[in-house]
Amino acid sequence: MEREFDKAIKEMYKEKFLAPENEVRQVSAPDGSIIEIDPLKDYFCQERPKELKPRKGVVEDFLNWARAESLWVLGFGTGCGSIEIPPLVTPRFDMYRYGVQMRPTPRQSNVFVISGYLSVKTLKRAIRSYEQMPSPKYIIALGSCTINGGMYWDSYNTINRLDHYIPVDVYIAGCMPRPEALLAGFGKLKELIKSGQGEKANEYARNFDWYKANQKKIIRDWNMPDYNW
Amino acid sequence: MDLTKMFQFNADRSSYPELDANGKPIIDLSSHKYLKLWQGPQHPGVTGNMSLELTVNGDEIVESKTHVGYLHRGFEKLMERRKFIQCFPTCIRMCVAEPDPNEYILSACIEELSGIEVPETAQWLRTLALEMARLQVLLRGVPGQAGTFSLGLGYQWGNYIRDLILDRFEELTGGRVYHMYILPGGVRGLLPDGFKKRMEENLKLVDEFLVNINDLMYNNIVFKQRAVGLAVIPVEWIDQYGVYGPAARAAGIMRDVRKTHPYLKYSELDFEPYTTTASDVYARSLVRWHDLKMTVDLIRQIMAKMPDKGEIKAPTPNVMHWRIPKGETYVKCESSRGEYGMYMVTDGSDMPRRVNLKGPSYTHATALLERLLINANIADTAAIMVSLATCPPEIER
Amino acid sequence: MVEILKELEDRFQVTDLVQQKDHLAFVSVDKNKAIPMITWLKDQAGYTSLTLLTAVDWLEDGKFQLTYMINNPKKNSQIAARVMIDRENATMESAHHLWESIRIYQRELKEMFGIDFPGSPEVDESFILEGWVDIPPYRRDFDTKKYSDETYFPRPGRQSNDPAEYMKSKMYPNE
Repeated sequence: MEREFDKAIKEMYKEKFLAPENEVRQVSAPDGSIIEIDPLKDYFCQERPKELKPRKGVVEDFLNWARAESLWVLGFGTGCGSIEIPPLVTPRFDMYRYGVQMRPTPRQSNVFVISGYLSVKTLKRAIRSYEQMPSPKYIIALGSCTINGGMYWDSYNTINRLDHYIPVDVYIAGCMPRPEALLAGFGKLKELIKSGQGEKANEYARNFDWYKANQKKIIRDWNMPDYNW
Repeated sequence: MDLTKMFQFNADRSSYPELDANGKPIIDLSSHKYLKLWQGPQHPGVTGNMSLELTVNGDEIVESKTHVGYLHRGFEKLMERRKFIQCFPTCIRMCVAEPDPNEYILSACIEELSGIEVPETAQWLRTLALEMARLQVLLRGVPGQAGTFSLGLGYQWGNYIRDLILDRFEELTGGRVYHMYILPGGVRGLLPDGFKKRMEENLKLVDEFLVNINDLMYNNIVFKQRAVGLAVIPVEWIDQYGVYGPAARAAGIMRDVRKTHPYLKYSELDFEPYTTTASDVYARSLVRWHDLKMTVDLIRQIMAKMPDKGEIKAPTPNVMHWRIPKGETYVKCESSRGEYGMYMVTDGSDMPRRVNLKGPSYTHATALLERLLINANIADTAAIMVSLATCPPEIER
Repeated sequence: MVEILKELEDRFQVTDLVQQKDHLAFVSVDKNKAIPMITWLKDQAGYTSLTLLTAVDWLEDGKFQLTYMINNPKKNSQIAARVMIDRENATMESAHHLWESIRIYQRELKEMFGIDFPGSPEVDESFILEGWVDIPPYRRDFDTKKYSDETYFPRPGRQSNDPAEYMKSKMYPNE
């Protein structure tokens, strides 16, 4: 049976925004044969995100403890807040002592720090990065811009509420939050995970259609599969 | 056997890519000779949030294109619907790493168009704030160049001292990153008690750091081998591509607004910006190192020469009814990256008609970077970007 | 500075001369004479460096003002040329043959104001915005707050006040 978002993709094929490298095309394989590829279908996985059921009793507690003590942060500075990340990794504040470290790729990380305002263009990349991260994954949203638009409440290019597009575990208020506030935010996230409340990735899977609808409302040039990783 | 030849990994690329009649490479992606590689926006080697679309042949870049706009907030539009004083909180966020030049150029535009004279003490304090801002940027920027060659130690040292300078900023202005210290008519406050003494202690650390970083970077064989001769900007490109500040000074062209159009109190200070002619990544990095040294010296001079007390703010009209007569102006100052200017048009109402910010990254990170990356190695892209000190938020604003 | 302005008056019939500062002057020039004037300034008078190119929207008059600001690094003087073009079907001659960097400004103006520069490289490609379908956002008739309210789910409970009115009621209620 054809799912709802498959149909949406098909419509989008005809849209003008499809990037040239994503168009259906014929390529020659190294052995000389000609094959037709459809990048949006062939290059990406079409599975929806799945809910992760918690294990029982102490096993889950142990897993949560392990998750909380190794927060690996994706090094993607999305806004002004990223100026406070270098002080965090350097001697004065040194977040490494709490088991928090920066990773260069989404595949290796499980915390995404949305550091400030998100323009629509960055939101698209942020969603893609978020979906590439392995579950369980957590989001810390930095600054008042992610809460209600903050400084940029009337801007035509920045979003006002982050939790309509991706689920947020911890908000850190301020413009911009100090490094100490960030450390406190990581501490709060640890508490949440240890008490078994870091379930936002599952929430994303449950309300997948709602999130996708919101995302598509503002990302007009949706030229990628719905869940692509 | 010639051992030096054996360890040369530079392949002979004289025969390809094939060029067409106009001298542009013929790139056919389906020929399996070329690969399209995207670097950024989520990439640790890209300064800020922008992306590079590279077409590579082996590990050599044959065509490059930069994509910006990931940080666009529409400041120029937002400021058109804010009163002059309300523009300040939005304005300082235009370049995140170095917010003080933003405050200064906006204040200077407003003062010039409405004819306000800034008191003497306030001018000294402004000069001090601008130099402190340059100091904190360069403490990150100078060792950052070595960081692109995986030499991260200097970055750790520099960031520690930068935090101490941010403490001084906090003492002076109350803000750590965004200060809003410079307002139309003057500044918000005098130096706190003991500020000069604590600043001097920090400057001693910077002096030590300057010596250490000199040993760590400029006498380092790896850094030298990779940076010397990399991404040379010929003198003819300076005007063609719009090169400003340290990048132009590394090519032997004196571009320093502090010297050519002295503003604030720079005409009373004794300094000589460093110039060299090699114009490669190494030279640009060396110019920044000398800039850092000069900034320390300038801060000492300012603290010695500035008056301790005095008027710090000229009277300004009621901000609610502050109408500025019709006019237009352009004010520039020297940021750590080069000439940083603002063009403001007023139409007699209480809001600016149009504000346009022109930072050096606008040309450095687009036209110039696209050109410089051609024939460079993939591994050197980060070094070239950092050597131009690109700051994406000031490109798209 | 005075001589060069005089020469511009003779050669290109510039009007509305305003000498803003010692080293900065504004002149208005006819649309057809703008590019020849800039070429002359660049090639003959030593104004070799482009400082900025931007536009101002004069919605009431139905005009766009293009400002070409060019700099003479040797003499440290700057001239800004104001060029008025019609707001309807705004087009301007491209100057990409003069400077490599100017195509970036023209690309931005095309996107943010809708001013076309035929022949300029990459001028039709999106520069800052992505997938934008509304009118160009820097035009005066584009209402950014309305657009933001309709598009981005304002958080209930947050009071969005008009900055000017809010400031008046909080800080200066008696005026």
